[in-house]
Amino acid sequence: MKKLFSPGRRDYTISFGIVILAYLVVQAMILTGNITSSFKGQLVPICAYIVMAVSLNLTVGVLGELSLGHAGFMSVGAFGGIVATTALADAIPFAPLRLAVAMAFGGLLAGIMGVIVGVPVLRLKGDYLAIVTLAFGQIIMNIVNVLYIGRDARGLHFSLLEQRFELGEGGKMIINGPIGVSGVSKLSTFTAGFLLVLATLLLILNLLHSRTGRAVMAVRDNAIAAESIGISITRYKLLAFVVSAVFAGMAGTLYAMNYSTVTAAKFDFNTSILVLVFVVLGGLGNIWGSIIAAALLTVLPELLRAVNDYRMLLYAILLIAMMLFNNSKLKERLLAGRHREVE
Amino acid sequence: MAMLEVTQLGISFGGLRAVDALSMRIEKGGLVGLIGPNGAGKTTVFNMLTGVYRPTDGGIRLDGENLVGKTPHEICRLGVARTFQNIRLFSRMTVLDNVKTALHHETTYTLAESLLHLGGYRKKEREMDARALDILEVFGLAEKNHYTAANLPYGQQRKLEIARALATSPKLLLLDEPAAGMNPQETGELMETIELVRKKYGVTVLLIEHDMKLVAGICEYLYVLNFGRELAQGSPAEVLHNPEVVTAYLGE
Ligand SMILES: Nc1ncnc2c1ncn2[C@@H]1O[C@H](COP(=O)(O)OP(=O)(O)OP(=O)(O)O)[C@@H](O)[C@H]1O
Ligand SMILES: [Mg+2]
Repeated sequence: MKKLFSPGRRDYTISFGIVILAYLVVQAMILTGNITSSFKGQLVPICAYIVMAVSLNLTVGVLGELSLGHAGFMSVGAFGGIVATTALADAIPFAPLRLAVAMAFGGLLAGIMGVIVGVPVLRLKGDYLAIVTLAFGQIIMNIVNVLYIGRDARGLHFSLLEQRFELGEGGKMIINGPIGVSGVSKLSTFTAGFLLVLATLLLILNLLHSRTGRAVMAVRDNAIAAESIGISITRYKLLAFVVSAVFAGMAGTLYAMNYSTVTAAKFDFNTSILVLVFVVLGGLGNIWGSIIAAALLTVLPELLRAVNDYRMLLYAILLIAMMLFNNSKLKERLLAGRHREVE
Repeated sequence: MAMLEVTQLGISFGGLRAVDALSMRIEKGGLVGLIGPNGAGKTTVFNMLTGVYRPTDGGIRLDGENLVGKTPHEICRLGVARTFQNIRLFSRMTVLDNVKTALHHETTYTLAESLLHLGGYRKKEREMDARALDILEVFGLAEKNHYTAANLPYGQQRKLEIARALATSPKLLLLDEPAAGMNPQETGELMETIELVRKKYGVTVLLIEHDMKLVAGICEYLYVLNFGRELAQGSPAEVLHNPEVVTAYLGE
């Protein structure tokens, strides 16, 4: 058989290389005490945003559909995860396991939302997804704002718009309408975030280098041709979109479990756009690009606090530099192996 | 029974009758040409055969099974594959992946195996690599398997499209002007390849071509379309000497 050239390996090597190296460096910094508390506080959000960016890249870069409501799925995962951890507090005393179960629940819930949004929209030809996901993000935010969930000895209680239940003795509100959630036990740790990033990378890179991934990219490159070779456009659009939502949900749980108070407004349109910026700057379809962009752009505003006057200026310059780098010959040369096919 | 039976096929776009009352019968193993001047409705016939357009009237049967109303991907799985007049490759994917994508239903594993790369993943991917390379070899593209499809020269892009269509293991292969934009030598080679493919893979071929002389060389039977209607049919010798066909082509 002819020797095959597989550009795929490089994606795995670079992605895992960056993440594992960064984890080790940060752990060393923590052990030696060379870390500021504000940076330390950002470690979990960075992990969450990396997962957000990588998962959104699946929809925007790999599938080629614009989504403007990725934070909506994050929100569903965040509040779903909070309810799950609170409800399971007695059943699963071991915190890391409880976090993992909550993430799975948050991901599942977000995935169901992905199906609900995706089924009607992705059947249509044309760019309707952007507008519908935009609305979805807003709707989720508004629903969580009027959502009341409490728990007492009798179990969980839900109501919308106003609190229509009385909690029994020792009962506790989990989600309290516009006030949101407070008094959450912080379960997320940097290591938990790191593991979620690793799992996300492994699963998404595996998916890309499989028949499923090829089908999704074929739909992106030429939907009519994809159909002509037996690929159902709707099926693979939906699949990529739902997988993307599931990971956003898990990122949401991770993120929420890092704070003692969480409100719906944290997952607004700006957050969706921020994640989209990570994806575009990191390069559409480029998984490790998303990792770097998400990490850099999350820590940068904090790092730049030192030079407060020039903060926004430097931030803007960095954005432009990343964009230029993305379209430059330099990037191609750095990735020479990938681009050997260019004559 | 003929493999492909088209009866009284017609389609209108608004007021325009693009194809009208077209009937065709293609026997298994045949190499048949569909010719006609610009805008005659040839591509529209392909679009109806493959489910891209739904005919307004008439029927299409492949080995007795009705194709009208089925989606393009269903029709592909029933055994009809095609190429496009304006090339439609998966331009950002590699040459190899273009063909492997078309093996989607032939070599399968589950979504879980996709995500975890477990089970049959490795073995089946290797099988697909081998199958895809076999097909690419026929078109002289095996050496270029790692090229991004968009970076192939034009003539090779056309060949890759045929290779991709063949990878779906079709019974019926529809080629829409496969030699468009090629020089006479490339065209000659391509026609030989098409003959070879037909024998090697036992596939029935229906071919659209602009150039009558060219199809006359390889086709056994021709249908001539003009303004959406059948103008003539028969062996190349009969058709090329048909005065109506000559007139239609010269535009007198
Ligand atoms: N989707 C469509 N909507 C409206 N009109 C269409 C559509 N598709 C094709 N037509 C019209 O149908 C007629 C036949 O077009 P078709 O592309 O089938 O011709 P053709 O024989 O393939 O021509 P060519 O040799 O130029 O490729 C043309 O008048 C064309 O404008
Ligand atoms: Mg045409």
